[in-house]
Amino acid sequence: MKLEEIKEILGAVIISKSDGLDINIMRAYCADLMSDVLAFSITNSLLITHLTNAQVIRTSEVADIKAIVFVQGKRPDIETIALADGKRIPLLVTDFSMFDTCGRLYEKGLRSQSDTDF
Amino acid sequence: MSNSADGIFFLTGKDFTNAGAASSNLKGILENMGVRPEIIRRAAIAAFEAEMNVIIYAVAGMMHYFINDEMIKVILQDMGPGIESIELAMKEGYSTAPDYIREMGFGSGMGLPNIKKSTDELKVNSIVGEGTTLEFIIYLNKTA
Repeated sequence: MKLEEIKEILGAVIISKSDGLDINIMRAYCADLMSDVLAFSITNSLLITHLTNAQVIRTSEVADIKAIVFVQGKRPDIETIALADGKRIPLLVTDFSMFDTCGRLYEKGLRSQSDTDF
Repeated sequence: MSNSADGIFFLTGKDFTNAGAASSNLKGILENMGVRPEIIRRAAIAAFEAEMNVIIYAVAGMMHYFINDEMIKVILQDMGPGIESIELAMKEGYSTAPDYIREMGFGSGMGLPNIKKSTDELKVNSIVGEGTTLEFIIYLNKTA
């Protein structure tokens, strides 16, 4: 699924400079615990989270997260956005809750992992 | 890939703005050396968790890395409070982190277990009131 499509599904706004809407997202992972992202997310996933601090960007870089969606209208500060720009990680903000964000994306076919990922 | 590298990053306790920068740099070095992506990810995850531990708990610390054709070895030494029970710290979910650390998404008691899971060898030595030394090795030609 293209990030552009995810943006449409979630009525999201893109808040980073990275013009990465053309990238292909195969997997999604949702968490507010960064250690869980490190332990359980799949490479090249979309991260869905409430957290907006710089550690989310660092964690995403380390875990090879391709893009981040902040739910519930939460926005990171300028420094955090700049950090993401430097790492070329696109940032999106949606007004949907975590539950609704995940539900909408799942409904459209996005999954956390495929059978072959296990 | 046929080369080697080593170096040191200095870490400052409570410097959350730069927390993770050392692991990010290490990741870049491994990428430039042509290490396989799945190995890089494991090394970066282990280094990042260990770096966050130093930032969260210690006054200061150092991350030494040694890379050759066979392995990635990373040693983190800190001047910190030390770990009272390494056995407890290795348990998933055990944490002594204060609330503000948890609000940042860390301190859930998964740091050391994650490091163990991502590495081939892990050694932790700690003296309460002095500091902790953590050393891990990831072999380049072996899957976890």
